This record gives sequence, structure tokens and C-alpha cells, in this order.
Amino acid sequence: MLEIRNLHVKVGDREILRGFDLTVNAGEVHAIMGPNGSGKSTLSYLLAGREGYEATEGSVTYGGRDLLEMEPDERAAAGIFLAFQYPIEIPGVTTMTFLKTALNAQRAARGEEELPTPQFMRLVREKSEALKIPQEMLRRPVNTGFSGGEKKRAEILQMAVLEPRLCVLDETDSGLDIDALKIVADGVNAMRSPDRAMIVITHYQRLLNYIVPDQVHVLSAGRIVRSGGQELALELEERGYADYEADAA
Amino acid sequence: MAAAVEQSTVEQVRNLHVSEYKYGFYTDIETEKAPKGLNEGTIHFISEKKGEPKWMLEWRLEAYRRWLTMEQPTWAKVQHPPIDYQDLYYYAAPKKKPGPKSLDEVDPELLRTYEKLGIPLKEQEVLAGVEGARVAVDAVFDSVSVVTTFQEELAKAGVIFCPISEALRKYPDLVRKYLGTVVPITDNFFATLNSAVFSDGSFVYVPEGVRCPMELSTYFRINERQTGQFERTLIIADKGSYVSYLEGCTAPQRDENQLHAAVVELIALDDAEIKYSTVQNWYPGDAEGRGGVYNFVTKRGDCRGRNSKISWTQVETGSAITWKYPSCILRGDDSRGEFYSIAISNGHQQVDSGTKMIHLGRNTSSRIISKGIAAGVSSNAYRGLVSAHRRATGARNFTQCDSLLIGDRCSAHTVPYIEAKNPTAHFEHEATTSKISDDQLFYCLQRGIGEEEAVALIVNGFCKEVLQQLPMEFAVEAQKLVGISLEGSVG
Repeated sequence: MLEIRNLHVKVGDREILRGFDLTVNAGEVHAIMGPNGSGKSTLSYLLAGREGYEATEGSVTYGGRDLLEMEPDERAAAGIFLAFQYPIEIPGVTTMTFLKTALNAQRAARGEEELPTPQFMRLVREKSEALKIPQEMLRRPVNTGFSGGEKKRAEILQMAVLEPRLCVLDETDSGLDIDALKIVADGVNAMRSPDRAMIVITHYQRLLNYIVPDQVHVLSAGRIVRSGGQELALELEERGYADYEADAA
Repeated sequence: MAAAVEQSTVEQVRNLHVSEYKYGFYTDIETEKAPKGLNEGTIHFISEKKGEPKWMLEWRLEAYRRWLTMEQPTWAKVQHPPIDYQDLYYYAAPKKKPGPKSLDEVDPELLRTYEKLGIPLKEQEVLAGVEGARVAVDAVFDSVSVVTTFQEELAKAGVIFCPISEALRKYPDLVRKYLGTVVPITDNFFATLNSAVFSDGSFVYVPEGVRCPMELSTYFRINERQTGQFERTLIIADKGSYVSYLEGCTAPQRDENQLHAAVVELIALDDAEIKYSTVQNWYPGDAEGRGGVYNFVTKRGDCRGRNSKISWTQVETGSAITWKYPSCILRGDDSRGEFYSIAISNGHQQVDSGTKMIHLGRNTSSRIISKGIAAGVSSNAYRGLVSAHRRATGARNFTQCDSLLIGDRCSAHTVPYIEAKNPTAHFEHEATTSKISDDQLFYCLQRGIGEEEAVALIVNGFCKEVLQQLPMEFAVEAQKLVGISLEGSVG
């Protein structure tokens, strides 16, 4: 589904990703772990198409298409979803309205019909109940006045409603206590399927106890330096990233 | 990182689609005009064309002579090259038979114009198209009212809704009783000019205890070149009555500027209520700031009776320069004034606008909700006055003025004036300024919402409180207008 080859990404004057390679197939869950500054957020912003993140070399192919040629909203309609590390507040626009606008915009871009309001409401109710998100929260402006945990759960709700093909979770576990973590993990796991892929970006191994990855990659100084199974995550937990940082320098 | 983001924002702002004003067409129709320029002869010409009573001509001449002694005010935060008052036509009317009795008699070109503007003149269309809502329309083309619909039905309820020129012929005493009592001919430079040369506008009288059975509306269309439009509107709600009135405006695209100096007077007697809404979309000028309408308007409501209420709701997106302060004089005890406004400026527009709430009676209250949105290189200023006379006990006001900036080359200013000469006055004022951030736009994009839709979504959320005040039929139109007027702007 996703094929990244020798990707070099510049942000401002600095080169952050230097020869990044990754292949993700449908049905797979990949974890990317790395110390601060290794390029984790750069990767997620680049995939989402944020301005200011420039690919200077290499390629990114998504579903056979050149992802780098696509606009951010095009990528969304093609099924890419980014769960932000720091979800953005949009005062005046309720979560419900925001979601409805997003879903229908994507459907229109794909040539599908808009989802009628009653069906939309039912869909949202179903998904929000599973994530223990009260209806009242949906009537509040997007992320405005939400606690850290509420913001992260709201991101997963959006993901559940939009039903993407490729989910990029950028440090979804940061700032969550165990209970919130479990709810979020359940929500993510409920979306695992043979035609969906996930990239779980995290600093800590703990989340991976709940969202068990198929592959774990270590990101250091802008590239993947090691890949393995879940036992790699446990090793990192014990030994930290020091081994890899020495090499990077 | 910051430098890269700013550069592309700058590029996008440069590519504004300001010139895609879709009402910019011109209607080719035979027009009759007064000779160019302004002198006593022009005044006589206008008054004669209208068949006005003698006192009206005298009134106009007095205003004109007064105007000659006045100077254009310069205190507003707007800039424009000097207006040559002699280089304008003060009267232009489509040539036609006198007073059409029905739509069949109206020049089909004119009907087509209003059709293009999406304004329902054909009553059958109105009944068929708009669910359950009927709107009586007075269509004004350049200096004259072209047709007024639903007059018979309104007459059954006792409501008078007709062009002011017709009112001067049919109900002269009624007009004379109220004209100039809210905005006297000495009031200000543009109002004085208007008093001298006003050509047409709407006259509404709602009798005691009557709730006007439908929305009343006037659409102003400036068509001829180099004409000034000076309309005069007078609305009287007698005791215990209610009326909701909507004003809509458009003008064709031109290189030179067009002057629109209107006067609107509202009078609400005991227990009466007037709701006045404006959805204004004058031509804003092209992407370089050439052309565009100068909108210098005096609008004032007199809450004359006790427990009377006047509310102004406006959505302003057009005109090169806007200079207007719809105001309420809270004269009657327990009277109430409200002002809800969305003012959008884009491209090179300049807006200096706001309201005045003047508390005179006892236990009067006022509410101001102003939303200013600036984009492009425009300038958007809110100027508000809330005052309480020393005998105005128990005066209360709540003001909320919020500004939203799109891009970093535009500006918003708030200039509040508060004068409380009575110690029991209670005035609250809140103001916020915010920006549509790149983060917010990116978040929307990542969810699949296109840029323009994202801006419209965020702006609508910002304006919700004001949009909710508009009569339902126009709220949807206003929402679309908000979206269109911000096309091409980006944060």
C-alpha cells in the first residue's frame, strides 16, 4: 500500500529525514520508535502533506500513485488519516459539524453520495459510544477546552468515522493515563482489518503492549536503522536509544 | 520552516479572485438622465419628475443650500481620492410608461436583471419557490422603484409598502409627519446631500396592532454609469405593531467609483418592533483596488414609544469603502436596541463601521454583537458608541466585538466610545481578535476539507451568532455570500 524509498526531507534549512525506507502492506501494523529529534513527526507531516516539509530526494508511492504529487485533502480522500500529536482547536465549529463536513467532502471527492444526516448521526453515536465519548462533547467546538486525553480520544473517533485506508498515529499515547490508553487502544484495534494499514509512531514501548505491531522499526537521525518484531520494542524499553544514537553521530 | 510557510501564503493572497464579482454585468436599457452636475436646477428637475408637493421641493432646496456650507468629514479611518460632486448624474431612470400596474408592464430587460440577481419578482415564483415564505419586493433600479409586489395583499392588512415617491403623492401628510424627524437635514454632510437629491426608496407604515403578514424587502441596483444613488427609506411601526424588513444591494463592475449615500429612518412607537436586515454585496473594486462602490450611509432608529424595539442585522461584504453606523435612539422607557453585524473586507476594501446606542429613557437596554473579518490587504474598523444621558436611569448594554484576521497583510481595529452620564448605567464590553492559523487550515485539509470550504466553515462558526438573527429565508443566502466573499483568501 505504501512504499517509501530513500526519502530525504528538508524542513526549513535542515535535513531531517535522510534516506528513509519503509514498506507497509494492507493489513499490517508498523511501529516506528525513536528518540526526540529523530524525525518521527516529520514523517507524519510529510505523509499528510503539510506545507514546509519538502522532499528533496526519494519517492513515496501510495496505492500505486505518487503521493508527493497529491494535495493534502486529496490524500485524505484517498484514505490517509493522521491522528495529530497535538490536535488543533477550532472555535465556533462543533465536532459534529466538522466531522460531517469532512466525511461528505471526502465522499464527494471519491464520487460517492453524501451520507444523509440521520445515518451520519447514527454512525457517530455508535462510534462515540465505543470510545466512551459523551454526546455533549460532540456539540462542543472541535478540541476547544478538551483535556489531553479527550483530544486523543476525539482523534480516534474521527478516524473511526472517516474509515481511512492508512492510519498514521503520531504519538497517540503521549499524555494518556492507563485507562485512557486502553480505550484508545481498543478503538484502534477495532479498526484493524485486512484492507487497512497502520503506522504507529511512539516514543514508549507501553502502547505496543495494547496495539501489538507486526513490525517494529527504529528511527534514528533521519533513517530506519533497525527493524524487527515486538521483541525489538522490549529491547528498546530496556536499553533505550543510546546504541543507535552513537551510530548516528 | 516559518519562512517557507509565509512565502506561499503571500503568493496565494496575491492571487485573490476579487474580480469575480458575479453581479458585475450591466443592463442595456434606455435611460433618462438629468443633466450632469448639481445645482438648484437639478433639484427642481428631480422634484418635478417625481411630481412632488411644493413643501417637498422647499425641503430639498433648504437641504441643498445647507449642504453648500458644509465640508466632507475626514475623521473616519478610510482613504479615497476626493469625490467630484459635479461629475455625477443625480437622476437616472429607465424610460418606461408611468407606473406599471403589473409585472407584465415592466420592461422585460429589467425583469431579467432581477432574475439574474436571484431576486423573485414574479409572485408565482415566490409562492412556488420559497417554502411557506412570501416576501413583498420593491425593486429599485438606479433612481426609481420599478415595481412593488404584493401591494394588494398588504393593503388588506392596512400595511403601506410603496416607493417613497408614491407615498409623497398618495400619503403626503403621513410622510411629512415623520420624514426628517430621525435624521434631520442638518445631521451630517452625506445625509444633507441625500435630503436634497434623494430619488427613491421605500416607505413603510404598519398600523396599530398589526403584525405585518410577510417580510418586506427592497433590492437596490445601481446600473447607470456615474450616477450617485441616494435612496431614502422611512419605516413607521405604529403602536403594538411588528415589521421585518430586508434590504439587498448590488451594482455592476466599473472602473470609476460609484457613490451610495442613503438615509434610513425607522420609528417605533409604543410596544412596536422593527427588525431591519441588510445583506449588502456592492461591487468591492477589482484586485488592484480600482472602482467599487462608496457606501456612506446614515441609518438611525428612534425607539420613540415605551417598550419599543429596533434591531439592525447586517451582513456586509461589498463596497470599496463602507462608512456607516446604524444607530438606535432609546428614547421610550423600557425600549431596546440591538445591532448584529458581520462585516467582511477583502482585497483593498476599507471598512469603518459600527453602531451608536443612545440611552435616553429609563430602563433601556442595548445589545451589540459585531463580527469583523479582514482578509487580503483590507482594513476593517469597528467604531461603537454607547452612551447614557444623565437622566437615563437603569441603562444596560452588552457589547461583544470580535475580529478575525485571515492572512497577515490586513488589519482590524476597535474604537469603542463609552459615555455613561448616569451612575446606574451598566455597560459591558468584550473584544477578541483571532487569526485563522495555518494549523487550523492544515487540520481541515488533512480531514479532506478543501481550503475554501475550510475558511467558510471556520468563518461561519465565527459568525454563527449573527447569522442566527437573520430571517430564515436570507440566512442561507448570507452564509453563501460569506463563503463567496472570502474566496481566494487564506491564512
